[in-house]
Amino acid sequence: MARKDNVTLFREDGTRLDGRKPDEMRPIKMEVGVLDNADGSALVEFGRTKVLAAVYGPREPVQKYIVIPDKAVLRVRYHMAPFSTSERKSPAPSRREVELSKVIREALEPVVLTDQFPRTAIDIFIEVLQADGGTRTTGLTAASLALADAGIPMRALVGGVAVGKIQGRLVLDIDEVEDNYAEADMPVGAAPDIGLITLFQINGVMTREEVMKGLDMALEAINRIVEMEKEVLKSKYMKVEV
Amino acid sequence: MSMTPFRVPVVPTLKKETFISLYRKGMRIDDRDLFTPRKIEIETGVIEKAEGSALVKLGNTKVLAGVKIEVGTPFKDTPNQGVLTVHAEFVPLASPVFEPGPPDENAIELARVIDRSLREVGAVDLESLVIREGEKVWIVWVDLYVIDHDGNLFDASMLAAMAALRTAKLPDYEEYETGEIEVLKDKSQGPLKINHTVVTVTTAKVGDYIIVDPTLDEETIADSRMVVAVDEQGRIVGLQKTGEAGYTREEIQKVFNISQGAAKVYFKSLEEALARKG
Repeated sequence: MARKDNVTLFREDGTRLDGRKPDEMRPIKMEVGVLDNADGSALVEFGRTKVLAAVYGPREPVQKYIVIPDKAVLRVRYHMAPFSTSERKSPAPSRREVELSKVIREALEPVVLTDQFPRTAIDIFIEVLQADGGTRTTGLTAASLALADAGIPMRALVGGVAVGKIQGRLVLDIDEVEDNYAEADMPVGAAPDIGLITLFQINGVMTREEVMKGLDMALEAINRIVEMEKEVLKSKYMKVEV
Repeated sequence: MSMTPFRVPVVPTLKKETFISLYRKGMRIDDRDLFTPRKIEIETGVIEKAEGSALVKLGNTKVLAGVKIEVGTPFKDTPNQGVLTVHAEFVPLASPVFEPGPPDENAIELARVIDRSLREVGAVDLESLVIREGEKVWIVWVDLYVIDHDGNLFDASMLAAMAALRTAKLPDYEEYETGEIEVLKDKSQGPLKINHTVVTVTTAKVGDYIIVDPTLDEETIADSRMVVAVDEQGRIVGLQKTGEAGYTREEIQKVFNISQGAAKVYFKSLEEALARKG
């Protein structure tokens, strides 16, 4: 945890260090079908955070014992590239990556129609290419796009964004510098079309009022993120000329 | 890689239906209402060789926490702070579903949620753990040992961690002219300095119902769980949604309402146990 004193994360006019307003997200880029081998893939960027996701399946798992008789097994790996951070990250999976793989899988379980593919596995690989805050929520957004790109039936698309509390103020989509000095970091993932919050964590100290206010900020932003996902998916499949 | 659990204990449909029909009447199979935790027993000082320890029984769930305090080097970015590290082991004697081997994703998640909830609020006063700034500090290890699993390992683990930390003694040491530090295991400088007390409240979502402190059977039939960590001032100091389903905004509000009440029960049990100890 970094020292929290003697640091100002707001400019005099109330905007953040990178010029954003408190409820403003970083510039978002989304692209689907970026990989040839994968059944579905996506590259999503939130500012300098870049995350690649690929989906393989439904397919027969290599380890034959990993099956559920009446639905597919979802397998998720969240992994950070060694060059994604300022100091090289060892490629061996860290405890953080193990936890985040679970949290992201559990954010996707409510939307993937796994009961349509019994005895199979759907594999979702998330590689963080550059980490600048919000990698789990960017990864979740990329995974949602990659699943849709793979043609896997889903109840709804999901998107994610983190809300931070810095110097007592709630801000949307915190980046790495803000996260280092934040009093709290609250990643949220949701499927707005079915009204479900599917990823929810708080690291830090907040009052209940702040949590609900931050949650509403995140949900409003996720609405916009999921609309962007729909546009990107539509534009890929509307390119066909007759 | 995280996988959908594929070897979960089977709970008969009939049992699930019985549970839910009881929830409808505000009742549970073990004679509780939906919002009350099971019977809590907290015993501290159970491991003499540890600097702090506690055995917590939450219904039939048993978790043993041991605090060991050793001399080590601080992290580069926090030269003026000691170090707190939480680890959890799901030892195979605790449940037929626990296998020997390194901690799985559930054990890692448990340890990390407990760790963050203690760390972010500054529960342990890390600044009081400096021996020589930038060089030597006390490292506080909290090891959580699940020894009998009947659901809700988060709340039992946090109670055990907190009871062990609150009763932990900081060892004394001798500093030689060479700069070497010898820990005097038999002498203590006094209690470990604690700034905040934290409990977690786990609720399970089963259909339309939110229930506090689920048993293993209830966790097995539950759609999802939410772990809310709160401190003695009622602030939220950590939160984790864990499980396969999602929550509506209204359900999250409900979880907060229910968690506030249950937190009071946990704080009361913890403070009573610590007061008895003197």
